[in-house]
Amino acid sequence: MMSAFGRFTHAVVRAVPRSLATEALRTGSLGELDLPRAQQEHELYVSVLKQRLGLEVLELPADEALPDCVFVEDAAVVCGDTALITRPGAESRRNETVAMKDALTKLGLNIVEMTDESATLDGGDVLFTGREFFVGLSKRTNQRGAEILADAFKDYAVSMVPVQGYLHLKSFCSMAGPDLIAIGSSEAAQKALKIMQQMSDHKYDKLTVPDDLAANCIYMNLPGKGDVLLHCTPEEFPESVKVFEKLKDHMLIPVSNHEKVKVDGALTCCSVLVCKSSV
Amino acid sequence: MTTEVGSETDVKKEPEKVPEAQHQTDPVQTDQPDKPADSDAQPVASAAQPEESRSAEPESPQEESSSPDPSSPPATGGQKKEKGISRFLPPWLKRQKSQSQDQASESAEQPQSLSPKEEEEESEPKAQPDGAGAAPNTEKTEEEKEEKQESRPEEVQLEENEKEEEKSVGSADTQPVREEKEAESEVKERKEEKKEEEQVIQQETSVLSPLRLNKKMKMVVCHVTLLDGSQFSCEVEKRAKGQYLFFEVCEHLNLIEKDYFGLSFKDNAEQRCWLDPTKEIKRQIRNSQWQFAFSVKFYPPDPSQLTEDITRYLLCLQLRQDIASGRLPCSFVTHALLGSYSLQAELGDYDPEEHRLDYISDLQFAPNQTKELEEKVVELHKSHRGMTPAQADAQFLENAKKLSMYGVDLHHAKDSEGVDIMLGVCANGLLIYKDRLRINRFAWPKILKISYKRSNFYIKIRPGEAEQFESTVGFKLPNHRAAKRVWKVCVEHHTFFRLMSPENPTKSKFLTLGSKFRYSGRTQAQTRQASSLIDRPAPYFQRTSSKRISRSLDGAPMVNVSDYSHAVDSALTAGAGENGPALDLNSDSKSPQVEVVEKPDTDVATSVTYESAIEQTDKGGTGAPERKSLEEELTSLFLSKACFSGLAGSCSTTAAPAEVPQKSPPHPESDSRDASKSTEVKPEVNGQPEFIEVVEETVVIEEVIKAKPRSPAPETPVTVETEVKEDRSLSSDSESEEEEAEYHAQTPSASISVQQIEEEPEEEQELIQQAPPSVVELQPITEAEPADSAPSAEEEQATAQPEEEECTDKDDAPNGHAPAAEAPPPLRAVEEEPPVVNGSVSRVEAELLPQVICCSEPPVVKTEMVTISDTFAAQKTEISTKEVPIVHTETKTITYEAAQLDGNGDGEPGVLMTAQTITSESLCTTTTTHITKTLKGGLSETRIEKRIVITGDSDIDHDQALAQAIKEAKEQHPDMSVTRVVVHKETELAEDED
Repeated sequence: MMSAFGRFTHAVVRAVPRSLATEALRTGSLGELDLPRAQQEHELYVSVLKQRLGLEVLELPADEALPDCVFVEDAAVVCGDTALITRPGAESRRNETVAMKDALTKLGLNIVEMTDESATLDGGDVLFTGREFFVGLSKRTNQRGAEILADAFKDYAVSMVPVQGYLHLKSFCSMAGPDLIAIGSSEAAQKALKIMQQMSDHKYDKLTVPDDLAANCIYMNLPGKGDVLLHCTPEEFPESVKVFEKLKDHMLIPVSNHEKVKVDGALTCCSVLVCKSSV
Repeated sequence: MTTEVGSETDVKKEPEKVPEAQHQTDPVQTDQPDKPADSDAQPVASAAQPEESRSAEPESPQEESSSPDPSSPPATGGQKKEKGISRFLPPWLKRQKSQSQDQASESAEQPQSLSPKEEEEESEPKAQPDGAGAAPNTEKTEEEKEEKQESRPEEVQLEENEKEEEKSVGSADTQPVREEKEAESEVKERKEEKKEEEQVIQQETSVLSPLRLNKKMKMVVCHVTLLDGSQFSCEVEKRAKGQYLFFEVCEHLNLIEKDYFGLSFKDNAEQRCWLDPTKEIKRQIRNSQWQFAFSVKFYPPDPSQLTEDITRYLLCLQLRQDIASGRLPCSFVTHALLGSYSLQAELGDYDPEEHRLDYISDLQFAPNQTKELEEKVVELHKSHRGMTPAQADAQFLENAKKLSMYGVDLHHAKDSEGVDIMLGVCANGLLIYKDRLRINRFAWPKILKISYKRSNFYIKIRPGEAEQFESTVGFKLPNHRAAKRVWKVCVEHHTFFRLMSPENPTKSKFLTLGSKFRYSGRTQAQTRQASSLIDRPAPYFQRTSSKRISRSLDGAPMVNVSDYSHAVDSALTAGAGENGPALDLNSDSKSPQVEVVEKPDTDVATSVTYESAIEQTDKGGTGAPERKSLEEELTSLFLSKACFSGLAGSCSTTAAPAEVPQKSPPHPESDSRDASKSTEVKPEVNGQPEFIEVVEETVVIEEVIKAKPRSPAPETPVTVETEVKEDRSLSSDSESEEEEAEYHAQTPSASISVQQIEEEPEEEQELIQQAPPSVVELQPITEAEPADSAPSAEEEQATAQPEEEECTDKDDAPNGHAPAAEAPPPLRAVEEEPPVVNGSVSRVEAELLPQVICCSEPPVVKTEMVTISDTFAAQKTEISTKEVPIVHTETKTITYEAAQLDGNGDGEPGVLMTAQTITSESLCTTTTTHITKTLKGGLSETRIEKRIVITGDSDIDHDQALAQAIKEAKEQHPDMSVTRVVVHKETELAEDED
């Protein structure tokens, strides 16, 4: 019923709309987004998934009316053969789920929709460890949304983790391997990690990186390739990369996220990974 | 298979009394906890009439008999204690313990012999054989114990028996024993005859034997719903304990690994309650019907570690229920997968001809079963071709155990802000849910204390790295019973999953009054060990949950009959002893009296006393709940203070050796030792066993507070007087009525936790050690002659400092040999006897001098401080948590100090092993007992300080009350000597508040 953690066969991505540069929501001020570079960056990202890793990539067209649509992660949470279509916390992003739902339906997943008007949930606030879920309570995700997530994935414990100072829970953490949590060094990140550790019956290893944003990486366990980790580039976070490089058994693939980070985009934000073989 | 076992047991029974006793000892260990529970009910009675009860006990074998294995349980209890402790104790200690245990066992036997000796013997042997097989390790210790027992206190036993009889209906009890024995013998014979027939026979036997006995006994038919939905009926004596019925059921099921299971019933409020094996069924179900459900109580985190397939099968049945009822939520895919394994286990390989799509429509795999799900189930079923039923069950469990709610016992509650939440008790700790979200989690290592007061449930959290103080989190339960239920479940789960061995309620032993509930059964570590010794061919059983014809792939052509083989019965009984020693003990524990008997043995006795104490307190609680609550709050405050001071003290004093003792600190000495030992010896099993102190406190903090105002120095004494309130008057069912209870969790391994836990004890110890001086100081301040004691209020403080290596032993010993004699003199003792009897001579002295409260055994130095002060109900009731009551009083203090036999007590700091405070309350007296065990130079010293507050107006005879208190103290701790008695009389000039 539960496939090996990190095993994926498909990926859903979405193209970068021109409106990303001007209309995308952003929390920080990291400068103007260079659209062409962002698009190039994203193409590289998709090519890694497709060519390098051999995933079957389902690429959705951009929608200019949805400037943040490239960040597909927030629109759905997929675990096993169940997909929860979220209700994004940002009003302007609600319609992003339409295309996502269609795509996941095509993949044969059991679709669960979040119809409760009071619930909000961004996929970026959902950390699945392989054993359980941690849901960040942020400006984008509320408790009701987390409850619906818990209802959708009944097999797993769903614990709540308050998120402060960041957009999403996964803005400063992610899974870097089975039972291995990559976590930033900031006080907020460490605090969140402590909460997660307290809430869990399981003991996770942690991989602490100097830069919070660098803690967002993508772990996969692919047949023939073993442990694969997509992480930040040395240009962005040189110190953090050194930490990742200590993972000797991982296939390390630096992927640039220099532009998308300006609009709060992280590596995990740009894809929804699916494992269809289990179905 | 079963037949073999049966034959073996039969053979062993008669000739191998000794081995049996040994076997029993194992069970006893587990039982001990149970016993306490049993004692709860009895304790009240015992407290009220300790002497009488004791005297009655010899006769009371009946009670024992009434319980499933009355005779065997007490003995087993004693033995068990020995085993557990003995393993880790030095040889000499073992001997002592064993003696005590032996005594207990002997006592049990003797009483039986008096009337139904033969029967008792038989019953014992039965239990023993199994135990022997199960726990070979303990055999040696058991033997030793047995030997010792033989040498020992038959007298005590007799007394105890008498007590028991008095307490319970004696005549009937004896008969039940016979019945059981007979039934067993019958069962055995039949087993031999034919396994197939066995099932039927067992039922018949159960029915028949009771009938025979019925002449005198009142038999009741119990209906038990088994996990496969079938009904099992069996007749039990009306006063039978829960374990008797449980064993009957396990025997019927041919289940050896029974420790994971339990019987439950619905109370008047339709709430599911676990049947306490150590207590009488009738008292627990009250007016409810004798309808029970057999179910899983402790869900093994890793079912693959279970030894027998039949155990896994039963666990599967439980989980199917849990899933179908929605109690165990899971996803669609999981429903389908688990359902498919169930099909494979029951029906074997998918057969397209035989299995059409509708072949599963009458089976429930999910709360809301859809056609889609059924199709998925069938699809998956097809993929399991070739899988045997046992393999399918194993796969089922491997997937089910991963579910987040697996083994989580949910309870509705509200948080401090009134928000609806769920408390989930599981193997790892306490989970807090809001709706389906986990909002917090408290692992056992993080929890220092678990308590409940009224409808509130509290957990004290170990301070985090950056935090200095522990915090307490409170939850509001729907009602008092719910709060107690959660508390008990927590105590049980913590003990079962976290500890190596159950904690002995030793501390409570000291006071018959204190009410403490503890899990008395085997821990997971123990049951695993026992299971590893199971040596029987895998029993046949039919997977009949669906009632379908199964073609099992298990290998042997399974005949339906095989599943319930009676031959197993004998094995079961033996196994019961092994696996569920507690159960056996339970029967004994029924009456507090039994506890007393056991007490001499040490461990067993202690456990029993705890229970009794608990019950009493409960009763007391019922009587004056409000007061208690207030008091409790106060106490908690007090305790915390003590802890801090204690920490410092403990840290300084405790050396490397101390660690072990420290671990167990607050709790019964024996427990701590056991735990520490166990931890040391077998740390692997549970990793770091934690000892959570379970203390049901009806603590009178008031007293403490008063003391402070009275005299500047009193604080130390006050601290020392951890209070245990004994409610003499309370004799009713303790279970429901315990208003408050605390359970301190300690992690032996974790130094921090231990320290914290110890802190309380340490302070206490310090106080105790210093107590003499402090007392003296106090005395000078308010010294007055006992005569001065005004009827209105009298404070008597008697401090005894008997030193015993094993507190439990001492505690146990107290069986109250002299109680009767002592009883009358109490007053004298206080006033006249002022000279406290020395520990060494303690028994004799104690008997002679009712005043002496503490008893010391040669090896162990025990110190008891008994402080009797009159604080009044009025104060208690009036005192609010925040308010500090100020009472203007005239005080006179008289101190009687016996030459201290053991210099150790005062001189050497020693290492604090355990500290325990018990408070009990009766109508006009409040008794606070503080028990500390200290390890000094290889000797463990147990000090019991009792502060008895006799409150009363003119209508109360304080002298008599005091006399009674002293008498009880002696009875409770016959092995200890009273080293000091301080009488502090305080007459209130005016009642005031802040």
